[in-house]
Amino acid sequence: MLTEAQAWHVLQEIPDPELPAVSVCELGIVREVRAAEETVTVVVTPTYSGCPATQMIEAAIRTALQDAGCAAVSVETRLSPAWTTDWLTPEARAKLRAHGIAPPHAAGRESTQPLRFVPPAPRCPRCDAADTVRLSEFGATACKALYRCTQCREPFEYFKPI
Amino acid sequence: MNGEEKAYSAHVEYVLRLGDNALILGQRLSEWTGHAPVLEEELALANIALDLIGQSRLLLTHAGTLEGASRDEDQLAFLRGDHQFRNVTLVELPNGDFGRTVLRNFLVSAFTRELWQALGSSRDRQLAAIAEKSLKETRYHVKHSADWVVRLSDGTDESHLRMQSALDYLWPYTAELFTENPVDHEIAAVGLGVAWSALEPAWESTVRPVLMEATLAVPARTAFRSRGKLGLHSEYLGHLLTEMQYLQRTYPGAQW
Repeated sequence: MLTEAQAWHVLQEIPDPELPAVSVCELGIVREVRAAEETVTVVVTPTYSGCPATQMIEAAIRTALQDAGCAAVSVETRLSPAWTTDWLTPEARAKLRAHGIAPPHAAGRESTQPLRFVPPAPRCPRCDAADTVRLSEFGATACKALYRCTQCREPFEYFKPI
Repeated sequence: MNGEEKAYSAHVEYVLRLGDNALILGQRLSEWTGHAPVLEEELALANIALDLIGQSRLLLTHAGTLEGASRDEDQLAFLRGDHQFRNVTLVELPNGDFGRTVLRNFLVSAFTRELWQALGSSRDRQLAAIAEKSLKETRYHVKHSADWVVRLSDGTDESHLRMQSALDYLWPYTAELFTENPVDHEIAAVGLGVAWSALEPAWESTVRPVLMEATLAVPARTAFRSRGKLGLHSEYLGHLLTEMQYLQRTYPGAQW
């Protein structure tokens, strides 16, 4: 039997399968943990509808909690409020940058942008130059875009605000 | 499938229509995998397809729950015949070239963006939650496709010609999105959803300025109305389902 605090501690060690630098807690998708009787219930809010990592994350949560001595694990999905990149913790943002991925701008303003608006370019996560250009709106995963720094000339990924 | 026609309740019908639109367009876009003109757009189309298929999984699961006949997302996706699908004909049409594909994405996502916005306040809380989530993704789809519509249409003589012929081909099918429908009125009356016909002004106000910037001539409306959402599809849906459903039909219940 695990307490809620112990369960949170276990979850903090589970990496996101696509972004191993960041834990599922730092990603902001673990919304609630409840421990009652023999069961630990974890409430998860998925990132993108089509994110293939969602099921892997659920499986990883089950395995990690069972390995930590939890008899029964229940993973619930909560869709509303919808996940936003604003839920990334400050630690996650720093880790992403250290990993060569530019963290997202605030997502709040996405809904009011005019359609053909070109969003401000992120700063280069390597040399911090402001002068970067977008190479592709979609990167290796749905949540990232591909940019290149015109100063250090390195390509880098940008976590898109959503 | 037995040939028996079972009427869906208005609520199930409405949610199925949303799920089927997302599923069929997602399946069409996935056909580009390995064939897109450049790597960046290969990624874009595949990612948009993933979003749509993800949305359809949530919607079909919800439709199955509402139906109460213990059909899950897989049974609804893989074991229905074409006349039991409720997507609009527009999404089942063949992709054509890259230009026609992104133009359709634009016409459809500009519509679903309005739809998700309106459904965010549905009395059906699960539907509202799916809409809230899908809206964020759809905004990206509209933006991506609008950029390409302008770039290609206002590009070379060849690309302009192709985009104009794509618009001439697709435009008549967009009328179906807004045809009056008894299911819509029933759903709107009880606060479960919005009547699609009510979204036409908002859709036009997104679509027309982009088509104008793209230097395309918008065809006049004719009397033609496709009827996919009534289950009366073009021949193309049958071919699409043949490929999509092959595995589950041949090896029922197969998992991997």
